[in-house]
Amino acid sequence: MKTNMHIAPAPSGHQVKQGGNMFNQNKNLQQSVGLRRGAFSRPIEYVIEKLLFLISLTAIIAIFFIFAFIGKEALPIFFGKTNSALVQEVIKPEDIDKYPAEKIRDYLGLSRSKYKKMPKDTLIMLLEVKAEAHKEIPESFKNDKDARVNTTDWKYLIMPHQWSGYDKPVYIWQPVSNIPKFNFMPLIIGSIKTTLLGILFAVPISVAAAIYVSQLARPSIREIAKPIIELFSGIPSVVIGFFALIVMATFFQEIFKYEIRLNAFVAGVALSLSVIPIVFSISEDALSSVPRSYVEGAYALGSTKWQAAWQVVVPAASSGILAAVVLGFGRAIGETMIVLMVTSASEMTWNIFAGARTITAAIAAEMAEVVFGGPHYRILFLLGALLFGFTFLANIIAQSAIAKFKEKFEGTK
Amino acid sequence: MITDIKENKMTLNTIIFQTPVLTSNTLIEIKNLSVFYGKSCAIKNVSFNIKEKVITALIGPSGCGKSTLLRCLNRMNDLIENVRITGTISIGGQDIYAKEVDVIELRKKVGMVFQKSNPFPKSIYDNVAYGLRIRGVNNKSTLNEVVEESLRAAALWDEVKDRLHANAMGLSGGQQQRLCIARAIAIKPEIILMDEPASALDPIATARVEELILSLKENYTIVIVTHNMQQAARISDYTAFFYLGELVEYDTTKKIFLNPKEKRTEDYVTGRFG
Repeated sequence: MKTNMHIAPAPSGHQVKQGGNMFNQNKNLQQSVGLRRGAFSRPIEYVIEKLLFLISLTAIIAIFFIFAFIGKEALPIFFGKTNSALVQEVIKPEDIDKYPAEKIRDYLGLSRSKYKKMPKDTLIMLLEVKAEAHKEIPESFKNDKDARVNTTDWKYLIMPHQWSGYDKPVYIWQPVSNIPKFNFMPLIIGSIKTTLLGILFAVPISVAAAIYVSQLARPSIREIAKPIIELFSGIPSVVIGFFALIVMATFFQEIFKYEIRLNAFVAGVALSLSVIPIVFSISEDALSSVPRSYVEGAYALGSTKWQAAWQVVVPAASSGILAAVVLGFGRAIGETMIVLMVTSASEMTWNIFAGARTITAAIAAEMAEVVFGGPHYRILFLLGALLFGFTFLANIIAQSAIAKFKEKFEGTK
Repeated sequence: MITDIKENKMTLNTIIFQTPVLTSNTLIEIKNLSVFYGKSCAIKNVSFNIKEKVITALIGPSGCGKSTLLRCLNRMNDLIENVRITGTISIGGQDIYAKEVDVIELRKKVGMVFQKSNPFPKSIYDNVAYGLRIRGVNNKSTLNEVVEESLRAAALWDEVKDRLHANAMGLSGGQQQRLCIARAIAIKPEIILMDEPASALDPIATARVEELILSLKENYTIVIVTHNMQQAARISDYTAFFYLGELVEYDTTKKIFLNPKEKRTEDYVTGRFG
């Protein structure tokens, strides 16, 4: 009771006069009511909170660093510093002093720090090696009209070009060649083709299964079906790829009688196997979390089971189902092992029964063989950055679509 | 009619009781009804008749089986696993648990309003039109007419007529509950079951919903479950008091509240237990 009386705020004039006294009163108050502020009143909670903050921060920083690293390796292409031309101006070892250091560094494709550390003898040796290699190029190649073209130029990366030996301008990905051709388009189309096919097969199947399991099936069936379908997500993609390569490819070839055994269609079906459990599991959760009261309301108005599921539950869960599809898309476009095993050479065509090579498969298959720091190496990193950008963009679009769906079908933001 | 009861400690003395039409016919006939959830018995051998175009209140402490009984009347209990029902319920002479009865048709005749307002996350218009649309009514002018009529009957029209296509989730709790009532009467049922329709509402919204229920009596037979003694006294013509799955007493509301036959009823309505 005594402390309570102290709490009553004193008139402000009074307060100033008795400043010292006020301090004591506050101290009393703090001790009696436990009004101690600051982090150290509950040190364990404080530490836990900061720890969790650090962990979540780490994830964000990790993503940032990955992107920064990939971007950094791809940067020389943006600035036109990479030159993949077969025939280049040769800097003779004895001329090393005639050129500015920067030019020599670019010519040898060295990083600044590496260049600084390198003694002059080593530099001369490297120049000798380069000159030697240049001498060994057969005359016939040297006379090719594309021999002096820097094929890592943006023009050649995205636009068709009539290479020597071709009768019309083409999009072509042929990175290991005398004149390496790095056109992205066949890979982008390959990725889009297989991903869309995968999504096209997976989404109807998994959403239908989710509606059945969550709304229509008897609880006893639900208890068996749900974990079994979700078990699929535990199958390693290399196993799915192996199965598709050996069994599915042959099976489909017998049905559709197409020419190329490993094609985008087989890859799409195999991809859908890895996407189905994800889309199923998340959309099933979305459908199951629609309040039971909606379903009861629909039944009370004389809905059949199907009407309640299709007209009330599915719209109410639509944003969750869309989120499931987006995650499935992310999985499909990023999936590497399945498409690497099941698809063949890149082809610039939308034909689903033609061969395809995806961005991910190109990176996985070729990264081990490239010259470190060379044009092909940089191009693969650029592809990685491109893929990152794709999924990022798709996610942003999807998020806004999800928000719109939420507003429209659920009345919440 | 204002009544004065000396013994009752509640504020029943200020309540104006409804005067039921005693001549009205029996619509729902419940005979020897027992309901089991697994092995536990929720309703024990209950028999009574509900009259047409009156409001019948089912009261009793929590777990006494009144909601279970209500949900038997439109067979909502069918949705629950492990439920076993014995005895008969006839509506207008037809046993609703007979094999040939289509549950969907039954629920068209017996509408229901739930404790927690549950409008669909659709527009106000679509909510009211839902019951018609699932029956294949797609004629725009018919739908418009029914939607307006139902919203007017539910005393909601003036509040929402300018935003019929706004999402129903944006309405207040009381408005949502009246929308659910509008949705139920849009399909023109004969009977409306209400499971504590005002328990989640504030006093003003409750008053509006009660007013609405009273105005619906003219056209519909209403069975209402309520925990609120005063509410039962205010709006119902007949009251059935349940205790531990048994029907203790069923009579006109006035009798139940003013001079009940059973001691247990008296104790409950005067607030001595419950």
